[in-house]
Amino acid sequence: MAVIVYIESENGSPKKAGLEVASYGRAIADAKGLPLVGVGFNVTQREDLNAYGVDTFYNMDTLGEVNFDVNRYSEAIAQVVEKEKASTVVVSSTSNGRYLGPIVAIKTNAAYLSNVVALPTTYEPVQVKRTCFTNKAFNETQSTKERTVLSLSSNSFGLHKKQSTVTFMDGTYPSLSSTLQVKSVEKVTDKVSIADADIVVSGGRGLKGPENWHLIEDLAEVLGAATACSKPVSDMGWRPHSEHVGQTGKPVASNLYIAIGVSGAIQHLAGINASKVKVVINTDPEAPFFKAADYGIVGDAFEVVPKLTEKLKARTQ
Amino acid sequence: MTPCHFFIYIRIKLDIMNILVCISNVPDTTSKINFKEGNTAFDTQGVQFIINPNDEFGLTRAIWLQQKEGAKVTVVTVGDASCEPILRKCLAIGADQALRIDLQPQDGFEVAAQLAAICKKEHFDLIITGRESIDYNGGMVGGMLATLMDMPYVANCIQLDIASNEVGVQREIDGGKEVLNAKLPLVIGAQKGLVEEKDLIIPNMRGIMQARQKPLDVISPEEISPASKVLTFEKPSEKGPVKLVDADDIDGLIDLLENEAKVL
Ligand SMILES: Cc1cc2nc3c(=O)[nH]c(=O)nc-3n(C[C@H](O)[C@H](O)[C@H](O)COP(=O)(O)OP(=O)(O)OC[C@H]3O[C@@H](n4cnc5c(N)ncnc54)[C@H](O)[C@@H]3O)c2cc1C
Repeated sequence: MAVIVYIESENGSPKKAGLEVASYGRAIADAKGLPLVGVGFNVTQREDLNAYGVDTFYNMDTLGEVNFDVNRYSEAIAQVVEKEKASTVVVSSTSNGRYLGPIVAIKTNAAYLSNVVALPTTYEPVQVKRTCFTNKAFNETQSTKERTVLSLSSNSFGLHKKQSTVTFMDGTYPSLSSTLQVKSVEKVTDKVSIADADIVVSGGRGLKGPENWHLIEDLAEVLGAATACSKPVSDMGWRPHSEHVGQTGKPVASNLYIAIGVSGAIQHLAGINASKVKVVINTDPEAPFFKAADYGIVGDAFEVVPKLTEKLKARTQ
Repeated sequence: MTPCHFFIYIRIKLDIMNILVCISNVPDTTSKINFKEGNTAFDTQGVQFIINPNDEFGLTRAIWLQQKEGAKVTVVTVGDASCEPILRKCLAIGADQALRIDLQPQDGFEVAAQLAAICKKEHFDLIITGRESIDYNGGMVGGMLATLMDMPYVANCIQLDIASNEVGVQREIDGGKEVLNAKLPLVIGAQKGLVEEKDLIIPNMRGIMQARQKPLDVISPEEISPASKVLTFEKPSEKGPVKLVDADDIDGLIDLLENEAKVL
């Protein structure tokens, strides 16, 4: 018996989402008096695994295959789950974590609970708090299976260190043939993604046109933030779809969300509500965003934002 | 029909791509979310229901394939009779037929397993689900259905091009996209990008009239237990009022973010 966590990595090191899952898995393992077993692919850096309480780590060497392969990854995780007779499995809510979770659940005859935001309140059966209605509400859900796969919402549990001494096990990367083949991966490498970002700076129709987006980009750059936008902004082609956040776009769960020239429509707010601190800059004091925000400035973005960027820049120098 | 015509008929029939689009009936995005029966059930009173937006992007792509390639498009939902208006809307948008599996599902697994039962009876070349539904946001039906059917699944699908059996697909990933080659049969999780907002089809009068004549079959569910159940609902606690900072006091804002909110 063990608690299993899938630890995502990049260039051999665990990613932040992977370490949050490890922190969460460690807490469950402690509550149940079980070891914490990690699964990952091409992970070479051990310090983080030790620092976040992983007892055993199955490292799958993908033998030079650099691309994510949903069939082989899910099979590899499922094999470890069966081998360790695990009743709790945790994945992150990154695009790959949410892709793998339901597939691993079917392969291992488990229940799958996504959008988990807290530790289980009971373990037999597993009962846990999740968001629903795109962050407009929560629910308590009970698993009716002996095994449960949980997908943890980003930034909901946080990082909690706990020292351990990890034992590395060489897992076998299953050889499965599939009609699905990754041809190429196109990643924006010079910018932080909305999913990974601690801070997100978002622009709405109040910015008047794509030519003004330097306001958003400059502020994002000093903050090391990701850039985002409202739906009409992406619909009009001012910004790429990948930046559209909200109920029908990407979810945001950053520590800080700065909305500039965004009115705060219910669909927009639903998608960004999981962010911890929200700041709004808008000319209209009646804009609904002021009801959802923690801090606000009633003012013109074209005057306020450059000043904010300058002051922040001066501060970091 | 002469034997020759019959032969041609069969040929065409065999070549037709058979598409299933899985539709979820969800509260309109502007809905106020309330609960009843001691916070154990969603209160549907006064709530408008719509086609789940992600499913609608998928349906729109399916209709495009129907018009360009002559594909047959079936829409299906797992739900009670209250879901029929959105199935009629799908028919008005252009779907050829609709199925309703008569069951109020408890969780996403139950939906996926009921859909799998249908897909085991009739072969579908392409199964389209939404990336996630906007009510329970499970993001699980597509991946589970595909795995139950032993078919490949592409989540967060933002492009789908089909040339005979060769399929070009793209998956949105954090910070970019993945370009894949696939073959039919295939399951995808549709989202915006697969088609543009402007491509969405608003049913016209003719479509609405035709939809009334199109088949909407009600199917009895299989005996399948859900894998989870929702016990209670809760609304987020009311947050305090916004702290307003003067537009000239940028230092004040930075100070609050740094020392009070501790996010800088
Ligand atoms: C089914 C459905 C799904 C939807 N999903 C989403 C979604 O996922 N995400 C989303 O964002 N929207 C979504 N919407 C759209 C949503 O209803 C709003 O229309 C949209 O969020 C508004 O975008 P906006 O705030 O950029 O524009 P607007 O509402 O036009 O607001 C612009 C704001 O900018 C302010 N402004 C103007 N000039 C300035 C200035 N110089 N300085 C500062 N402020 C200024 C204005 O006061 C105004 O508040 C959805 C709608 C529907 C029907």
